[in-house]
Amino acid sequence: MAWMAWTWPTAIFFACIAALLILFTILAIRSPETPRTGVLRIETTRGDRLFISLLGSAYINLAWLGLIGVYQPAALILCLVYAAAVFRWV
Amino acid sequence: MDKTPNNKAWFLVLPVAVLVAFSAVIPLMTVVNYSVQDTFGGNQFFWVGLEWYEEMLHSERMWNALGRQLAFSAIILAIEVPLGVFVALNMPKRGFWASFCLVLMSLPLLIPWNVVGTIWQIFGRVDIGLLGHTLAALGIEYNYTQDAVAAWVTVIVMDVWHWTSLVALLAYAGLQSIPDAYYQAAKIDQASRWKVFRYIQLPKMAGVLMIAILLRFMDSFMIYTEPFVVTGGGPGNATTFLSIDLVKMALGQFDLGPAAAFSIMYFLVILLISWVFYTVMTNLDREGR
Repeated sequence: MAWMAWTWPTAIFFACIAALLILFTILAIRSPETPRTGVLRIETTRGDRLFISLLGSAYINLAWLGLIGVYQPAALILCLVYAAAVFRWV
Repeated sequence: MDKTPNNKAWFLVLPVAVLVAFSAVIPLMTVVNYSVQDTFGGNQFFWVGLEWYEEMLHSERMWNALGRQLAFSAIILAIEVPLGVFVALNMPKRGFWASFCLVLMSLPLLIPWNVVGTIWQIFGRVDIGLLGHTLAALGIEYNYTQDAVAAWVTVIVMDVWHWTSLVALLAYAGLQSIPDAYYQAAKIDQASRWKVFRYIQLPKMAGVLMIAILLRFMDSFMIYTEPFVVTGGGPGNATTFLSIDLVKMALGQFDLGPAAAFSIMYFLVILLISWVFYTVMTNLDREGR
C-alpha cells in the first residue's frame, strides 16, 4: 500500500464516499423509489441526486479555490447547501 | 416497450467491477493521493494540501492546453458529424457495393493509432511525403514542423480521415433501421429530399448520432498518440493538447503533484460531459426514439 502514498485526509475522503455509496445502496434496496422529474427536467433517483451533488461539489470546491483561495470549510458549507438543494428540487 | 429492471443483474457486472477497480479506481485513488503531496522520488511524500490545485487553476499553461483541446474537439466534431452523415446517406443500401463500402469504411478504424500517426507524419513530409511534396510542388507553403496552422490542419485532417468512418457507420446503421414504409409515405406526400432527411432520417438517426458524438468527443478530448507521433505537440506548444501536456508534466518533468492535480481536473471535465451525454441519451431512449 505504500506505493499508493496514502494520507489521512484522502483516506477519510474516500471512506466518506464509500460510506455514502453503501448507504445509498442499502437505502435503494430497503425502500425502492420511483424516479421523479425536478427542475432539470430529467428523471432522477436518490443515487442520481447523490452523483449530481458530489460532482457539483467538486466543481464548487475548485471554483472556490480558484476564485477565492484556500479556505475550504466555507466551500464545504456551500456544497452542503447545494447538495440539500439538489435533493430537494432536482 | 418498457424494460423491466432486475437488480440481480448487477451480480453479472461484478467481474467487470473488479477489473475496473484494479484498472481505474485504485489508480485514481493514487492520483488523488499524489495531488495533495510533493515528492522528490524514492517513494517519499510530503503533504502540501491543495497547493497544486491552486497552482494549476492559475496556470496559464493548463488553460491554454484546455483551450486548444476544446477547439480541436469542436472542429473535428463540426467536420466529422456532418461528413459522416453525408457519407452514410450516399452509401448503397444493399448488394455488393454496400458490403464493399462497409469494408472500405472500416479500414481506417482498424489501424493502430500510432501507425495512423506515422502514416500522416510521413505523408505530410515535404522531402519524401506524397502530400507535403505535392503541396510544395504546387507552390503551397506547407511544413507542419514549423508552421502552427499547417500542424493544426494536418492533425485535424488526420483525425477526420481516421474517425469519420465511425460516424458514417453508426449513421448508416441508424438509416438501415428505417422501414421502407416511411419512404413510401413520404413519396405519396411528395416530400422533398430535404424534408425526408429532416423529418424521417434525422429523427431516426438521433440516438446513434448522439452515441457517435459522445464517442468522438470523448476520444478527441483524450487524444494523445496521433498528434504526439506527428507533431510531438509542436511547433512550440501549438498542438500540445491536454494529455500531451499532462504526460510532459508527469513523466518529462516528473512533477507528479501538479500533474496529479491536473489529471483530477481533467477527469472531472470528462465526468461532467459524460454525465450530460448519458442523461441526454437515456432521455432520448425513454422518449422511444
